[in-house]
Amino acid sequence: MNALLPGEPLNESPDRMTAGNDRPPAVEILSAEKVFANGTRALAPIDLSIADGEFLTLIGPSGCGKSTLLKLIANLIEPSDGRLLWWHGDFGQVGQDGRRFAFVFQEPTLMPWARVDANVRLPLELANFAKAKAAPVVAEAIERVGLSKFARHFPRQLSGGMKMRVSIARALVTNPNLLLMDEPFGALDEFTRNKLDADLVRLWWERKLTTVFVTHSIYEAVFLSTRIIVMAANPGRIFRTMTIDEPQPRDEEFRSSAKFAAYCRELSTWLAEASLPLPSGGAS
Amino acid sequence: MKPLLQSEAFVRIAAPLAVGVVLIGVWEVGCRLASIPVYLFPKPSDIFNSLAHNGPSLLRALMVTLRVTLQAFAAAVVLGTLVAFMFVQSRAIEVSLFPYAVLLQVTPVVAIAPLIIILVKNTQLSLTICATLVALFPIISNTTLGLRSVDPGLANYFRMNRAGRLKTLMKLRIPGALPYFFGGLRISSGLALIGAVVAEFVAGTGGRSSGLAYEILDAGFTLDIPRMFAALFLITLTGVGLFGAMVLLSRLALSNWHESEIGAET
Repeated sequence: MNALLPGEPLNESPDRMTAGNDRPPAVEILSAEKVFANGTRALAPIDLSIADGEFLTLIGPSGCGKSTLLKLIANLIEPSDGRLLWWHGDFGQVGQDGRRFAFVFQEPTLMPWARVDANVRLPLELANFAKAKAAPVVAEAIERVGLSKFARHFPRQLSGGMKMRVSIARALVTNPNLLLMDEPFGALDEFTRNKLDADLVRLWWERKLTTVFVTHSIYEAVFLSTRIIVMAANPGRIFRTMTIDEPQPRDEEFRSSAKFAAYCRELSTWLAEASLPLPSGGAS
Repeated sequence: MKPLLQSEAFVRIAAPLAVGVVLIGVWEVGCRLASIPVYLFPKPSDIFNSLAHNGPSLLRALMVTLRVTLQAFAAAVVLGTLVAFMFVQSRAIEVSLFPYAVLLQVTPVVAIAPLIIILVKNTQLSLTICATLVALFPIISNTTLGLRSVDPGLANYFRMNRAGRLKTLMKLRIPGALPYFFGGLRISSGLALIGAVVAEFVAGTGGRSSGLAYEILDAGFTLDIPRMFAALFLITLTGVGLFGAMVLLSRLALSNWHESEIGAET
């Protein structure tokens, strides 16, 4: 294992000005790489440190390994080489010292036979939480996402955006320190997506959640993030890093500002560059 | 308030009912006009008379058949569900036992019924076993399919939350399997009745506890064709009743969430 000092990522620009810069890292990725069984090199060795309280977004063309990287962070898959640390420790200790993470999928993945409150209670039930003790926590999480009136509804009675809110409430109910989101709003219309983005930024700010977010949307990335990692494919790697040092929590005003447009333009250019095939390698 | 004719529920009941009334009317009038003798093809009114006349004995026969049917159905549900749970727990069990479940399914009950009737002394029990064998397979195959058809996203979620086998079964697999299970119930309830009647035909007149099939056989011997039709009518009615009960049960259990039971209102 080629050890790189934790907190000294390779591809990061020297002018780090992220919000939680001075705090200890939540996740350290130390030369982790992923080669799948069929020989596909999904990720070249990556070094990245995710600071506590940071809103980090992974963006890039398809096949750049952003989802793979997120799954590594969630310990859903193991790195082929290199290692990851969570709060300076192994994954086994996550959850034992009160530090938890939650994952929000691309789809709401709700249980269709359970009402909203039962869906939100699920992670507590799986952790053997007493039902009576869970009730206020569940109610609070549902209120956070503005669905108190719909607590006794079934998922099929809700719109796509509302289902996604339930999924977020389910993630928040365990009071996680680290929130991992894999293109959670990708299937929603733009209006709903903007609304949920604004809610998410507020939640992140109020709860001091460390968030790792995967998206395809440039606007979403700029609006939400304190730092954006642009990734490139063949093999999946970090291409460039953009720091967005703007006042928090952000709102619609930021979305319509000239600065926002400038960030988007630059990010768009980078993405175009990241999508160019390597001179030596074939296109994906 | 919509006019009655446009109400979905009214049309769903009234339309088939009207068809039935017309068919019976044509049958009655046709038989009368062609003056077909009762021993060849009885009119609906003859059948109704026979039903009224032979009421007590037909009802007793119905109870016998119904008892065998319900016992067999219950046994099939319990056994089939248990086998399905076993199949889902391990691939090895499923691979080694599934061919025999199929074997059971494809062997005609008429062919094995004599064997069972010889082996098992108690007629009632032997008939129940035959009917169970017929009703078992849909429960096994449907429930197994249901327990396996877990939403991969949810399965992933349960894994991530380190949910154990039992919890995954109780909270994910069983609720998800319910629509399939109820589909199995619908088929199986009808098959239990068919199994009971067929087995009784094979058992013939030997048994003392004689059901509707025996009534049909007996009516055939005495050329009492209206009684034959009356018994047939009762069998059909039982089948419809069983099916209706299963539909109702499935609606009660699934109407809140499953697509198959959600009406046109959404």
